[in-house]
Amino acid sequence: MSAENDVRTLTIDEQEVSARPGQTILEVARENGINIPTLCHLDGLSDVGACRLCLVEIKGSNKLLPACVATVQEGMEVSTDTERLRRHRRTILELLFAERNHVCSVCVSNGHCELQAMAQEQGLTHVRLPYRYAKFDVDASHDRFTADHNRCILCLRCVRACAEIEGAHVWDVMGRGIDCLVITDLHEQWGNSTCTRCGKCVQVCPTGALFEKSKIGTERPKDPQFLPYLNLMREAQ
Amino acid sequence: MSQTITIDPVTRLEGHGKITIQLDGAGEVASAHFHVTQVRGFERFSEGRPFYEMPGLMARVCGICPVSHLIASAKACEAIMSVRIPPTAAQLRRMLNLAQMVQSHALSFFYLASPDLLLGMEADPAVRNVLGLAAANPALGRAGIGLRRFGQHIIELLGDKRVHPGWVVPGGVTEPLSAAKRDQILAMLPEAYANLALATDAYKQIAGQFKAEVEVFANFPSSYMSLVHEDDSIEFTDGTLRLVDAEGKTIEDGITANRFAEAIGEAVEPYSYTKFPYYKPLGYPQGCYRVGPLARLNIVKSMGTPKAEKELAEFKQLADGPVASSFYYHHARLVEMLYGLEKIEEILADPHILDKHVRATAGVNREEGAGHAEAPRGVLHHHYKVDEDGKITWANLVIATGQNNHAMNRGVMQAAKAYVQDGRFTEGGLNRIEAVVRTFDPCLSCSTHAFGQMPLAVEIVSAAGEVVDRVVRD
Repeated sequence: MSAENDVRTLTIDEQEVSARPGQTILEVARENGINIPTLCHLDGLSDVGACRLCLVEIKGSNKLLPACVATVQEGMEVSTDTERLRRHRRTILELLFAERNHVCSVCVSNGHCELQAMAQEQGLTHVRLPYRYAKFDVDASHDRFTADHNRCILCLRCVRACAEIEGAHVWDVMGRGIDCLVITDLHEQWGNSTCTRCGKCVQVCPTGALFEKSKIGTERPKDPQFLPYLNLMREAQ
Repeated sequence: MSQTITIDPVTRLEGHGKITIQLDGAGEVASAHFHVTQVRGFERFSEGRPFYEMPGLMARVCGICPVSHLIASAKACEAIMSVRIPPTAAQLRRMLNLAQMVQSHALSFFYLASPDLLLGMEADPAVRNVLGLAAANPALGRAGIGLRRFGQHIIELLGDKRVHPGWVVPGGVTEPLSAAKRDQILAMLPEAYANLALATDAYKQIAGQFKAEVEVFANFPSSYMSLVHEDDSIEFTDGTLRLVDAEGKTIEDGITANRFAEAIGEAVEPYSYTKFPYYKPLGYPQGCYRVGPLARLNIVKSMGTPKAEKELAEFKQLADGPVASSFYYHHARLVEMLYGLEKIEEILADPHILDKHVRATAGVNREEGAGHAEAPRGVLHHHYKVDEDGKITWANLVIATGQNNHAMNRGVMQAAKAYVQDGRFTEGGLNRIEAVVRTFDPCLSCSTHAFGQMPLAVEIVSAAGEVVDRVVRD
């Protein structure tokens, strides 16, 4: 059997779908018009399964699987929108809001923020957990951009865009758990780092954590849709 | 035995406050204080934020006059950037500020003050509110709502939001004005003029009935401070500060935002979270002054627009020299609203208002900057210091209500002496003491930069420290 004819058949939310081997559940769901919420996933970047919003249920398994990295199997029965999943997704969002200082009303990304939009989409009305009010510094040392760790959700899109698309790998991660932080170079100030000033990290950041200096969200919403185009052009070369 | 009367909460104000009246052994008023009982901490939590976020952050101080904070804050940021904004941006901001002044004055006059003026100080508290006003005089009620909507709608057209618009940014504004929006604003003006005329006529008809209140409603000589335009006419957005004495003679002129801290100090009293600004050369409390509509009209020589000019001339007839009774703050608001409408019309008549160049850009060129504007309630001053990356290291806000704080306290004392006898006050007397504070239209949440509940209370405390009477409204 040729590779073109090698097809997996499965159901997602009781809809019969077919997929190529190696495709992720997320990919197949979206190809078939089924929405699975995501925050860390971005078309054009590799997937890391960091945010866990895309968790889905598989019949016959107690484990929930992240749809962005779980690949399809023959005969799988996937549910993407059960009460259990909705509860988990809201809890994940609550944890994100409680962990750092997300104050929408005065944020540069207010109205253009993927975290804010996701909270609205998932019907998050309040946060049951006590806020940590952690104190994070703002890195304003770069001449064009600012990094505000108060608004970072550790989706690591910036790290992946910098390494995979720009090829600079200036952004990386340090620390674990609540001490986890995205850093430039070996925790240098952004302005003193080897940053190429391309700005891709800013465009892919889902919140107001990375933003252009002196710009507020309403005047320049981010445009993370450019990555598939860049990849396409690269492949065409 | 002496005692204290407490009015808590003081109603129909923006913010929460309390009045205490201390009686001596003979039951006479010994002292009276207006307390602002909330604290908010905006200066503290802005530390560490990039300076260009400040206008948006500071606008959240207040939902009534976010525009004044936006403008004063943007101007302080522009001092840090060392830029001059494009003239069209300056005119657009001026119009935004005037629209806010009109809606805020409409709120103060129709919603907060009119129930006292038109229904009477002695009216039943159950109807002495804006709904009672609307029932007694539906046309006037509608006019009030209409004028408020006029101002709010302009703010929404320009800034996309009625409250906390993000349109004003350091360097100018984000979007130029379109011809369609200009025409929409122009189309709203005739109705706004008609609504204001209705209110002005109603006020003039009944003002004569309040001779007794005029006498004791914070009626004392004081100095006054406001922005003035270079031709001595009224100014809300640019210009420099002028301080005049009780006779109207200039004490100091040409005070720029950068020199504000040299001229004005801030005293602290243990009974209030609001500070008491004063003119440094005269010391505290002699250097305390009044700001706001009364101060502005007492200081300026002209309004610069024809209809408001006539109204100013009539206002100036109220006294020989500066008008000292705070009761006339209400009258001054009506004159200023008329100026606001005329000036908005004048600004829109200039074809350059549609110019597309409305933003200047720059980074951090100075590590300190200050800006000021006239808020509806008076002078508003923002002062920031930043580090070399442009992060705020220190911020200070001097708010109009603070600058009127000393005068409000004196006014409460004056009214308490008139309306509290033998350690008791009547309902009408209590309301009059509150009404004194209301003339200033104080914004308590702005002045303390507070959280918590907002109502105002009055307490009578005996010499032994015992609360003998207490009225709470919420």
